[in-house]
Amino acid sequence: MQASGSAADFMDGVRVSFPLRKLFLRNPHACRLREICRHEKPCRRNPVLGMHQLSKEATAGADAAAGIEIDGQVESDTESEEDEVKDKTPKKQPLRETGRASRLERKKQEKNKDDDESKEEDSCSQQNRASRRKNYQRKNSDGKKAGEEGSRQRERGKKAPTKEQKESENKARKTNKKGKEGENKQKTGRKNSTSSASSNSSDEESLSEEELAMLMEQVEQKKKLISTMRNKPWRMVKKLSVLREAQAFVEKFEGALGKGKGKKLYAYKMMMAKKWVKFKRDFDNFKTQCIPWEMKIKEVESHFGSSVASYFIFLRWMYGVNLVLFGLIFGLVIIPEVLMGMPYGSMPRKTVPRAEQARAMDFSVLWDFEGYIKYSALFYGYYNNQRTIGWLKYRLPMAYFMVGISVFGYSLMVVIRSMARNANESTADGDDDNFIFSWKMFTSWDYLIGNPETADNKFASITTSFKESIVDEQESNKDENIHLRRFLRVLANVLIICCLCGSGYLIYFVVKRSQTFSKMQNVGWYERNEVEIVMSLLGMFCPPLFETIAALENYHPRIGLKWQLGRIFALFLGNLYTFLLALMDDVNEKLAEEDVVKNITHWTLLGHHNSSVGNGSTATPPPLDPADVPRGPCWETTVGIEFVRLTVSDILVTYITILVGDFIRACFVRFVNYCWCWDLEAGFPSYAEFDISGNVLGLVFNQGMIWMGTFYAPGLMGINVLRLLTSMYFQCWAVMSSNVPHERVFKASKSNNFYMGLLLLILFLSLLPVAYTIMSLPPSFDCGPFSGKKRMYEVIQETIELDFPLFVAKIFSYVANPGLIIPAILLMVLAIYYLNAVAEAYQRANAELKKKMQMQRKEEKNKRSNKASTNPMLQDLEDLLTPSTKSESHSKQAEDNKIESPSRTSPVAKQGKAAALDGSPMTDGRGAAFTPPPHVFVTQPPTLGVWAPYPGHPRPRGHPLGPVPGRGRGQPRYSHAAR
Amino acid sequence: VYRLHGRYHEMAPNVVPMDYTKDPDVKLPMQLIINMPELKENPFKERIVESFSEGGEGSLSFNDFVDMFSVLSEMAPRELKAIYAFKIYDFNTDNFICKSDLEKTLNKLTREELTAEEITLVCEKVIEEADMDGDGKLGFADFENMISKAPDFLSTFHIRI
Repeated sequence: MQASGSAADFMDGVRVSFPLRKLFLRNPHACRLREICRHEKPCRRNPVLGMHQLSKEATAGADAAAGIEIDGQVESDTESEEDEVKDKTPKKQPLRETGRASRLERKKQEKNKDDDESKEEDSCSQQNRASRRKNYQRKNSDGKKAGEEGSRQRERGKKAPTKEQKESENKARKTNKKGKEGENKQKTGRKNSTSSASSNSSDEESLSEEELAMLMEQVEQKKKLISTMRNKPWRMVKKLSVLREAQAFVEKFEGALGKGKGKKLYAYKMMMAKKWVKFKRDFDNFKTQCIPWEMKIKEVESHFGSSVASYFIFLRWMYGVNLVLFGLIFGLVIIPEVLMGMPYGSMPRKTVPRAEQARAMDFSVLWDFEGYIKYSALFYGYYNNQRTIGWLKYRLPMAYFMVGISVFGYSLMVVIRSMARNANESTADGDDDNFIFSWKMFTSWDYLIGNPETADNKFASITTSFKESIVDEQESNKDENIHLRRFLRVLANVLIICCLCGSGYLIYFVVKRSQTFSKMQNVGWYERNEVEIVMSLLGMFCPPLFETIAALENYHPRIGLKWQLGRIFALFLGNLYTFLLALMDDVNEKLAEEDVVKNITHWTLLGHHNSSVGNGSTATPPPLDPADVPRGPCWETTVGIEFVRLTVSDILVTYITILVGDFIRACFVRFVNYCWCWDLEAGFPSYAEFDISGNVLGLVFNQGMIWMGTFYAPGLMGINVLRLLTSMYFQCWAVMSSNVPHERVFKASKSNNFYMGLLLLILFLSLLPVAYTIMSLPPSFDCGPFSGKKRMYEVIQETIELDFPLFVAKIFSYVANPGLIIPAILLMVLAIYYLNAVAEAYQRANAELKKKMQMQRKEEKNKRSNKASTNPMLQDLEDLLTPSTKSESHSKQAEDNKIESPSRTSPVAKQGKAAALDGSPMTDGRGAAFTPPPHVFVTQPPTLGVWAPYPGHPRPRGHPLGPVPGRGRGQPRYSHAAR
Repeated sequence: VYRLHGRYHEMAPNVVPMDYTKDPDVKLPMQLIINMPELKENPFKERIVESFSEGGEGSLSFNDFVDMFSVLSEMAPRELKAIYAFKIYDFNTDNFICKSDLEKTLNKLTREELTAEEITLVCEKVIEEADMDGDGKLGFADFENMISKAPDFLSTFHIRI
């Protein structure tokens, strides 16, 4: 009874026919009651006033009916259902008329009524207040319901005059309902308890309190109206008039009901809320302004499409990461060393050897990072192996080691995190790609744009984005000779693998040769720089070659870009690793050499010492000039120098390529075009396109070298930061000035996860050699922070042993035990495996759901098209069938409603609403809008905006996640209307 | 509102009175409105103004003017915006967005830089995507359904004044 009763209340609002019919029956009764009240107790005028007003309004009927029903133990609810069913069809039209009439009437009378009310309020309100407080809760709930009905009628009344806007207003009404649904829910819950309670109280009093509550409710109502006013698509004139009316009403009654007390506070709150919103907006603007190069990138994006922009975004991201790393290294290693370490010239490792001093400042020497630069804080060899330096007792070797490790740690963390975030994003908005073109069409213009230049950009970007989508679309529709294409692809891959092998061998060959060169004296500039030159040349010529080959394959540009990236990556990787192997050879050689030098040094020092002792003087031996001390080759510095040189040459090659390949070419094409035999712009040289793959790869590769080299040359990071900074501006300029957009502009995948993947790979690969040198090569004996130790990582052990209490060392030794480490690794592998499996399962489920959704959409489309054709007939059918549908679904849905309504979320409501709108096809017009309402909320999961379109036909079972099976056609719409 | 009135007044100081207590019936022609800096660059400015004007011919009274900016403010709810967006994109005011409307929209958006085939392709795709009832044009229900799922409709469909 309760459940159905509450449900009936909901529908009362919409199916006004029933209360209205009751109104005619009950109105005399209500009038009688009112008279009694007036005669008996003057101080109870307030409720009477409420009654006044109510009786004047058409809504009063409904209100009174509801109120009395509660007093009289809710007699008529059950009967109501049957009544309604019979009544509603014939009554539709008159009802609307009444609603409209009532509204007009109400307006008129409100004004009259207001006058006497204000007088009486004062006297009544004080006496009433106490009792009102006590019963407030209960009444509120009861009254709310009543008021709700009234309001619905009122809204209906309002709706009627603007018939041509019916469609839209219908919706607006629903919006309001949505706002009220929370209230409704409460009411449902409370009503159970209150209906019995109210029956106990005396007839008269309960009635009066009833009225009071109703009044209160109406004030609430008006307030709500005011607040939602702007949401209604009325003409301003109408809004204004309604608003004024409502405001007047609220002002009148608010004081009387004691609700205006919080007014100031409320106003204050509102003001603060507004301020806060504004502040947030400003702050957001500020934040976007703070993103560096945002405008530049946007500009590039609008002209060249998102793929080119993705490169720049990647570049920017890299710059950020490198800046952090640079801060780390600079702040924790270089600055302390420069400030607190021993000054230049105080030690052999910090001094240029005597033999080189003459030429140490020559530019050519400096350009090779020899001379003074070699013996500066930029390189590993400069650092001292003193355990602590300066008055801070800064443990430099320790810091050096930790920073070297944490550079990798931080990079790993950042890359992985951003990958995860990208993956999240791509799954988050990947699933609603149903309306690509429509969204582009209707939502791409940003109405905020007011600046001609931005508008130009926006036009360009919209055009490009349309083109991108068109390319995508065409690509997906294409089908060709599969065998030929497969053959071509295989061929292309074979060719590319050949290229890769060839270049790998070439590099190996060159490196070998350079080793022989390095043993010979007086070699020329070419011989010395052969490796760099060959590598740069390879980097310049291979990618275009690959691109030519890739043209055979005929992939979609986006996929093609990935292949291209992968191939060039393999090329670079080969280069890098051959380079590294050659370097390793070099290092081993140096290590052998070092042993020899070590002895020499030892003997020299010993001899020097002996000679001073032999003199017999107690004074300190005359210091041997640090420049004269023989020293080892210091392989770490050599490696560092190699990396720095490679980086610098890479930078130069990149810039020169841009300058020559793009800018000069563009200038040539542009200006020579006036006096040339053929059209240069359209013909052979034309303008260059921006080479995304090459640039991205260059960036990634470069970053790998930086990671590798940083351990040996802390200054490398600074060079890199500079490089990224300049290349940002330089490339932006070059792109805008001398490149043309791709012929087939294509959209970059939303997340540049592919770039990140490459970066991660190279990070890992560059971690390997560094880890190898740290763990298994002995550091040089006379240079660098780890000199004198057997292995570099010993610095940690040393610190633990000397600076921590004993038990830490003990724990550490336990933890480092292989017996513990191997299980830990195993555990990690297991965890990874498990997580991977889970992720895969999720993905599969996701794909499945997507597929289902698409199926549903199609189905729905079909059904709709069917329905559109047979609509009028169905309309009749629907009317006939509804009773049975409703009675069947009624109780079930009421239950569902109770259970699920708390968990409903806004998207659901939205979805449901969309569904509701769709449920009333344009063609049925008014008639459909007033067909029988259900008694329920829609409790639909957001993914399932599908409903069975035929009344009485239960929705197909086995529908995924559909909690409310068997719902008839018209119902979702009404359930919304009922909110 | 004061600011709005200021702006409204600014546009035609000789026509618009400063105080509205007497409820004068003043309308501004479309030409003045669309030259507002906020609207100047908008490809749909004429449509915007037309759909907010009471008579549909493009001249706005102050009420309409306020109405326009209240709909385009960021406080307005999605549904309301959708209604007016629909009106704006419905060029021939037949309560449907049909192909010619789409073509016009597209041309305005891209400054007619797409080829004819591309335009037809896009229009067909749009209809195919969003048309739920299969009548070859978009009714408001279709439009609303589509727009309610669009991620950046709210962020783009507003004007700050």
